[in-house]
Parts: sequence; structure tokens; C-alpha cells
Amino acid sequence: MLQAVKSANPGSGDEPWVGRSIERVEDAALLSGRGRFIDDLGVQPGTLHATILGSPHAHADILSIDVEAAKRLPGVAAVLTGSDVKAVTTSLVVGVKAPVECWPIAMDRVRYVGEPVALVVATDRARAEDAAELISVEYRPRGAVVDPLGTLAPGAPVLHDGFPGNLASDRYFRYGDPEKAFAEAPHRFSIDIRYPRNSCTPIETYGVVASHDAGEDAYEVLANFQGPFSIHTVIARALKVPGNRLRLRTPPDSGGSFGVKQGVFPYIVLIAAAARVTGRPVKWIEDRLEHLTASVSATNRATTLAAAVAADGKILALDWDQVEDCGAHLRAPEPATLYRMHGNLTGAYDIRHVKIRNRVVVTNKTPTGLNRGFGGPQVYFALERLVQRIAIGLGLDPLDVIKRNLIDAGAFPYRTATGALLDSGNYQEAVALAVEQGRLAELKAKRDEARAQGRLYGIGFTAVVEPSVSNMGYITTVLTAAERRKAGPKNGAQATATVGLDPVGSVTVHVASVPQGQGHRTVLSQVVADVFGLQPGDIRVNTEIDTAKDAWSIASGNYASRFAAAVAGTAKLAAERVAGRLARIAASQLNVEAADIVFAKGFVASRHNPENRIAFSRVAALSHWSPGSLPDDAGQTIRETVFWTPPELTPPDDEDRINSSLCHGFIFDFCGVEIDPTTLETRIDRYVTMHDCGTILHPGMVNGQIRGGFAQALGAALFEEYAYAEDGSFLTGTLADYLLPTTTEVPEPEIFHMETPSPFTPLGAKGVGEGNCMSTPVCIANAVADALGVADITLPLVPARLAELVRGAEPPPPDGGAIATPAREGDRRLRGEGAASVKGAPEQVWAMLLDPATLQSVIPGCQSVDKITDTHFRADVTLGIGPVSGRYRADVELFDLDPPRAVTLRGGATGALGFGNAEGRITLAPDGNSGTKLTYSYDAAIGGKVASIGGRLLDGATRVIIGQFFTALARKAGGGGAEGSSFSLFAVLAKVASLFGGRR
Amino acid sequence: MTRLKADQRHSVRFSLNGKSVEGEAEPRMLLSDFLRHQLGATGTHVGCEHGVCGACTIVVDGMLTRSCLTLAAQVDGCDLKTVEGLAPSADRLGVLQQAFRRNHALQCGFCTAGILMSLDHYLASNRAPTEAEIRDLLSGHICRCTGYTPIIQAALEAAAELASSKKETSDA
Repeated sequence: MLQAVKSANPGSGDEPWVGRSIERVEDAALLSGRGRFIDDLGVQPGTLHATILGSPHAHADILSIDVEAAKRLPGVAAVLTGSDVKAVTTSLVVGVKAPVECWPIAMDRVRYVGEPVALVVATDRARAEDAAELISVEYRPRGAVVDPLGTLAPGAPVLHDGFPGNLASDRYFRYGDPEKAFAEAPHRFSIDIRYPRNSCTPIETYGVVASHDAGEDAYEVLANFQGPFSIHTVIARALKVPGNRLRLRTPPDSGGSFGVKQGVFPYIVLIAAAARVTGRPVKWIEDRLEHLTASVSATNRATTLAAAVAADGKILALDWDQVEDCGAHLRAPEPATLYRMHGNLTGAYDIRHVKIRNRVVVTNKTPTGLNRGFGGPQVYFALERLVQRIAIGLGLDPLDVIKRNLIDAGAFPYRTATGALLDSGNYQEAVALAVEQGRLAELKAKRDEARAQGRLYGIGFTAVVEPSVSNMGYITTVLTAAERRKAGPKNGAQATATVGLDPVGSVTVHVASVPQGQGHRTVLSQVVADVFGLQPGDIRVNTEIDTAKDAWSIASGNYASRFAAAVAGTAKLAAERVAGRLARIAASQLNVEAADIVFAKGFVASRHNPENRIAFSRVAALSHWSPGSLPDDAGQTIRETVFWTPPELTPPDDEDRINSSLCHGFIFDFCGVEIDPTTLETRIDRYVTMHDCGTILHPGMVNGQIRGGFAQALGAALFEEYAYAEDGSFLTGTLADYLLPTTTEVPEPEIFHMETPSPFTPLGAKGVGEGNCMSTPVCIANAVADALGVADITLPLVPARLAELVRGAEPPPPDGGAIATPAREGDRRLRGEGAASVKGAPEQVWAMLLDPATLQSVIPGCQSVDKITDTHFRADVTLGIGPVSGRYRADVELFDLDPPRAVTLRGGATGALGFGNAEGRITLAPDGNSGTKLTYSYDAAIGGKVASIGGRLLDGATRVIIGQFFTALARKAGGGGAEGSSFSLFAVLAKVASLFGGRR
Repeated sequence: MTRLKADQRHSVRFSLNGKSVEGEAEPRMLLSDFLRHQLGATGTHVGCEHGVCGACTIVVDGMLTRSCLTLAAQVDGCDLKTVEGLAPSADRLGVLQQAFRRNHALQCGFCTAGILMSLDHYLASNRAPTEAEIRDLLSGHICRCTGYTPIIQAALEAAAELASSKKETSDA
């Protein structure tokens, strides 16, 4: 084997390119509107466009789907429902052993709001959306469950028969002797955590363009998928083709992902199926409502964590009980979020005894998937909150408890109790540097001063190990050792890089890293330029992937912070392999030993006699033009592909120890926060973050990753939650409901670095992109807990939640008049009652209530009222809302008629904007003054899209409108005449819906 | 005001970055879609379609405008400026764009076009903005990659550079 030459050029005085913050090669195009994102690329003429009809219900049986009217609309090529998709695909594989299916579209039952129910394919998107509104789906709602512990309760609605009691997996682990440690420890501390659902929400949504070649039964897909390409196997299997008949490509640019675009894969299956059914290419670009409602999210988790603790704060053992909520389906690679951190459940601490119970549950929420931090935020929130509680409980300084437990600097590589091999670090030094450079003493003085003035000021600390480069085998820890033996071994993480030299000697690099904005092309040009003694501008890097032509493997893609540690290092290895051969060729031409060859300033030269040299491009081109003149042992230098997988990534052993990741960076954060005593708004005063991510390849990009992760973590700490009502309605379907941090909320973190190279990676680099998503939420929570002096803190730290902590629950509004009673806790049904005096006699009012002609004339946009029976009415209502109109079908029945004294009305309305149902009881009594006293009570529920896009206003507005309606009814009836209004449940529902507009 | 027929396409003409352009649009077609899919001006991106994220921001008749909340038919006869009009030539970047590149003020670049348009518009009439003013201006844009600080830094640097070059020009 040829020996690789040194990449740097010692003695020349030239600094290597790696380690410099050079300008990015990506930026010129992106800054001038010439980016090539998926929706910027042209498509084949005749390409069709898809839209998806999502479920308005969190849990319901589909009784029927009528697509005839949609199909008749001009321009519509096809409408696919579950059975159509089932005819050409098979279920997605599920990551645990259980008899459940997982389809990308609902078959006969919906299990979360937004779950695809039908797919419309038409000549353009607007026509597809027009047609989707004509699809009529009849649902029979089931009880929904959204809470991870509630879903385990006896009697909870069951989502999948194959997951009895909604439990998809239940595993116990034991490392060391935790029982003994707990029995003997002087102290035991415990904490209960509810970590919320959130998502890093890239600004570019999902996009897929798919086509199918019926002759070869082969699919071509372009999607802004980000990997891991293990998912390629899942997609191919679902499409019922071998991997070589699924050509998956990515566009040159992708508008952010942060893990989220892994979740496009069920939609790849759907759109590919539509391409097969229609025989035409089909394109789908997700819209924001679809994205927030039904793309993917991080898991929410209920955790109980207990620690056995010595008197000095030393943690002797941990007892984890984690209940992971993966939403309605266990989609690949879940339950990976739960197991990604398995080797790191002891964090940065030396804790030898650990007990774990891991449960995975399903609930009526959107299925989960990759999200920056991936399991880290959930774990560290529990662990680092507990560390603070231990300190408070023992009367110690939280920082002292952290320091007491840190892994010793001399212990690396350090094997954790649960199996991770921590590669390198010096945590004590990192903490000391941060304390000094970040001026902790000054911050403490500031806190003292603020508190002396009666202000709410707190300081929080976090120490975190940031894993990167995932072991492809860690997910198999969810299986028992016996199940793993049966399934065959899974381990490693193949990275690939190709370096090519063309006939004029210019250098091209290709990797399967699928960047989503991180600047991989720039860093790779630096790495390879150093090896060849060239300028970064001489190296052209391509990071698009085409599974039909490129080198790739299941670990390919952009996740688990693997680029710097694995991919960039592999590119270095590939370049060195080519350089080794070039050195042999040059040596023969320059009549020197290969060991004497150096690459510098565009030349290949003798180290001892730099004048004896040859242009790089000449040597590089030789394999093309004159292979006969190469030395026999040199081999070709045209193209070299290196596959690299670290030997440290072994499969789980029989005791369930797993080295879940290759590299482990270290982060130590502290921050000062001040809370406004009136508004309870949290302001970050100062945030200090110390990182040791090994060798830094590009300081500007490393800091960019830290700042970006910090901003997203700040959002997770203070604002963001994918909120669901108890009935499973999704309440945060717009960016006005799902609040993201903006320029006015994000301060600049004070970033410090230490570099302890990883001995396990070619460049010494470790991942850095996810760390603050793990450390920052809990650091801020610890500071807020410190400021408020409270023990339990739940994210996000919105002022309303802090107000409850500080001041107790908000008192109910004062009684009076016809004010609706507040909704009961955990119940989205709205109840209210009221009374009004009407001038006409009860008989007159009664007649109006039962007259369809009156109804038709007064309901806004009413097309028709059909009187099915004397007491059963059906109406079609079209509501124009701005430029958008939506069709509703309303159904009302009258019960318990007691003319002219009382009647009960019960009914519902469904349409593109959602659904509602209500029941009202009206009583009419003579008021003794030739008029009528009308009293009413109602009970209404509204869900679907209106709940998602207007949830923040919906409940209050509904109450107001219902109240207004009855008041108006009384007034109109009092005026008498045929023009008078009348009681109509669908008018009420339609009015509510009209408040919230639709979108296209 | 002309009443357009909902089911027909209507001719829409306007000036885009100094050049007159023309296309056909149904009355319901959004300006962002018209720019991107009818005219091929794909530099303007669509992130939320409800006016919150700011990615689609362009300048219409001197006013910052969310092109996702504007109908194509509304800008008939108007003067539009988009990100494609910022660079002095295809192979050169303008002062603001260079400052963005120098400061790593973008990562994925998807939201960048809208931010550049807001800043370009603002800096034209505000020579010496403070950090607080830039932060206030850009609070109508969401960026998920950068954490914003490099964007603020780039804007302040560009403002300083623009101010000094203006000064030089006026001194000369």
C-alpha cells in the first residue's frame, strides 16, 4: 500500500487552509438569487402537481371517501386514497418487532390531525387544491389520546392493535449494581420531567418530484431529503422495487433541515406512487400548514430520573424511567431518538451504576423523527435539572456538584457505564477556562446586586457531552440480545468521499454528505487543497447525491453532526491516497524518492531541492494522456473513492452496552437571566458557552453552528411548542402560533473554544452542530428556576406558565349576565347559556326555528336547505373568505320537541376549514307582556384546520359569536317579519369558520 | 378598478429590476408564485405563505412588500425590485452582499433574499443605523440557521461602507 504524504507543508511557512475562516464558495449564488433549491429547478413538461388532503380529526374511522366530484374537475389526473396507494406499495417498515403497519396515507382510520387521507394530482397546484375541497370524507370520530402517560392508562383509546395498551416497546437495562448503590447512598433525589414537542422548522419546506418508468418498474425521485440513506432501503421496500430501481437524487441547495427533512420520506413514497398511477412525473411542494401539522417533530418525553448521591454531591447511581412519545406511527428510524443517547445517559459524569426503563408509546399526534439535538435535549433536561436539585438539596453550589462529578481528565478514552467510549477531553480545564473567560464571578456579583434590589435574577449551569457520528447499530439496542442475534449485526458508519482528477489536472471532490446550508463544499475545498498544495478555489466540490451513480452507503447524509468528524476526514483520506500515487509518479519524473516529494503552491516538488519540480496539473493529467508512462506500481490517479468506518463503532454487546456515537465533544454553559416581575418575560442577560469540538476546521462555520443551535434552543426554551388540545386538535399551524425567535429575542452568546483533537477521526474534528440544542434549554431553565426559586420548571418558559408557577392558577373571570362558562380543564368543548327577551309570542318564534325557507334566506352563503324530515335539515353552505371560498355541509336534527316551549338542536358541519358540532337547548316562555322569554344553553366543539390556524383566538371567539347569535336572534324575532333571523347551528359554525380564513 | 374574471387569465405587466416583463395570471395567483414560476425569478423564496417569515419580501414601487400576500394582478404597471437586481453584475456582488459573505451571515441562504431586500431598502435612506434599529427592522424575518448576529454585523458593516463611499463620492 502506498504511503500517504503529509497534507501540510512543514517548513514552507504556508499556513494550511484548514482552520481558516475563508469565505464560502456557496455564498455568491445564494446572495444573488441564483440558488438551486428544489422548487427553483425546472421539471419535465407535463409534470403534474399534487396536493394532500389531511385529516381534520386526531382519531377517527374513515367510513367513506367520495372523490367523484374531485375527479370530474378539469385538469385533475387522479385522486388517490389509501386503497389506491396500497395497491402499488407496501407498508413502511417499523423499527420494533410488532404486528403493526405504517402507511404514508391513512387506510381506514386516521390517527393524527393532518394524516394524509387523499392525494389529488392535477395540471397545477391550484387546481389540485380546488379538487381536494370537493372530496367528501365521512368520519366516525374515536377517542383521542395525546399524553404519553395517559396513553398507557387502562381504558385509553388504543391506536394500533399490534401495540397493546399503546406500548410499542418496553425495555429494562441494568449496568453495574444500581440497587446496591441506591440502598447504601445517604441521599436520593428524584425529578419528574415533561419535555415538550418542538421542531427546528426549516424555512424551506419538503419537496418531491417523482417519476416512474413502467417498462423497467423503476422510480426516479428528486427530493430535499437529508439522509440517513438507510431510509433509501425503507422507501425502495415500500415501493416494492430493489434498491437499484429507486434512483434518489438531491437538489444542489436545501433550505435548512436540522434533521427535519429526513421526515420527507413517507411523502416520497406517496408522490412516487402517484407518479406510477398517473404515468407522469408528479411534483409536490409542502406548504407551511402541512409542514407544521404533519411533517415531523422531535419527541416529547415523560421522564422520571432518580439519583443516589453521597453527602459531598457525588452521584453514585442513576435510575432512568423514560416514556418516549413517538406520535401516531413508529416511523423509521424511530425509536432512535430514545436510543441515540443510550451510551451517554451519564452525561459528562463519572457514574458507574445505572438502571434504565425505556418505554416507547404511541399517541394521536404527528409521527416523530430527526430533529437537531436528537434525544439530547430530552436527556439533558432531566439530568441537568436533577444536578441543580441535588445542589439545592445538599446546600451546595450547583457548579461544585458538576465539578465533583466530571469525568477525570486522565481517564480518556473513557468507557461509560452504558457503553459509550468517550474519545478525548479535559472537562475540568474547559470549565475553568469558561468560568474565567466568561467572567462568572462578575455574573454572580450582578445577581447579588439585582436580588438586593428585589429583582428576579438567576444563574444556570449545564455540562454536556455532545455525541456525534452515530453508530448505525445503536438503534438495535431497542431489541434484546437474542433478537439482535436473530436479526444479524448492525454497526459502523460508512462515510464516503471521491476525489477525481480530470484530463487538465483539475480536482473534483464528491461526498455523500447532503449539506443543508452548512458550507460543506467550502470546508472540503480547504481539506483537499491542503493535501495537494493547491488553493481552495482550485478544488470543485459537488455535494449533490444520486444513488444511481454516486458512492454512498446507509450512513450517508447530513445528520448526527458527522460531517467534520467523518466526511471531511474521509475526503482527506481519499485525497491522500491520490496524492500518494501522484508522488510516486512525480518521483519517477523528478528522479527522487517518493518520500522526498511535497505538494506546494501548485507544484509537486522535491523537498530537498524545491527547484526540481513539476506543475501539479501535469502530473495530475498523466493518467489520462499517458498511462503507459506511469510507474508500474503507481496505479491510476483518475478517481479514488474511499469508504471509511471507524472500528470503535461496534454493535451492542450482550450486556446491552453500546458505543452509540464515535466522537464526544464537551460543552459547558452558564447564563444569567432576568425575569420581569410584572410580565414574567424571561430576558437572557448573558450566555456563555464553552465548546471543545476537537480540531476546528473552519472557525467561522463552527461559531455559525453554535449560534444557530443556540438560537433554536432559545426558541425551544422560551417559545416553541407543537401544542395539541386534549382532543388531538393541533393548535399551532401557523408561524403566528408556533413562535420562533427573531432578531429582537436572540442575544449573541459568548463563545469560547478549547481544542482536544479526537484520536478516532482523520482530522481530529468532532461534531459541533447540535450541542447547544442539548445544553441551552436546560441551562436557561436552571437559571429561571434559580431566579424564581422554584423546583419544577416545564418548557417552554412562556410568561403564562411562569405566572402560574409564581402566582398560582389564574382565577376565573367574575360572574355576570350571559357569559359562557370557561371550558373545563382538558376539554375543548365549549359550554354556555344565556337568556333574552323577545317581542313576538312563543308560537311566532317557534315557527321561525322550523322553517327551511327562513333558514336558507338568513344563513350566509347558503346554497340550499334540504328538509330531510320535519325535524332533520341538511344544508350546503359556501363561504367566501377574502379570495378563498370553502364549502361546508351541515346537518341539523331537532329532538325533544315541545312546541312551542322547548326544542333541542343537534348537528354538525364539515368543510375544508374544519368541522364542528354542537347541541343547543332552547326554551320559550311567555313573558307575561305579549313577548317571549328565550333561554338557551349550548355545548359546542370545533376542530380541524380552524383549530390549527386560529387556535389562539378560537375558543374566545366561539363563545362571543354564540352569545351574539342568540342576542341577535332575540332582536330579529322581536322585529318580526320574514327577514328576521333564526336559530341555526350551521350559521353559527359557519360564522366561526369565516373568522379564520383559509389559505391556498 | 377593473374587475377581473376569476376563471380567466389576465395579462400582467410590470418592471422587474429595471426590465419590463409580462405574463398571464389568474386573479388568484400570488405574486410570489408569478415571479417564480411564470417569470423564472426564483431568487425570491416562499417560506410560510402567511406573511410571517419574511423570505418572500421584495420592493414594489419603493415599498417593502410580502410577495406571498400580494396578488400578481395587483402589481400590474408597478416597479418591482427583487434579489436578482442587487448585484452590480453577474460576477460581482454589491456592498451589502459582500458584507454578508464576509460575516457568514447566511448558511442555507433560503431566507436571505428577503433579508437582503429589507436591508437594501432600509440602508438606502438610513445612512447610520444603530444595532437596535437593524434588529427592529429585521424582526420581521425569520432565519433558522444563523442566530442573526452575523446578519446584524453584516448590515452594520455595509451601512458604514455605503456611508463612507457616499461621502467619498460627494467629496470628489
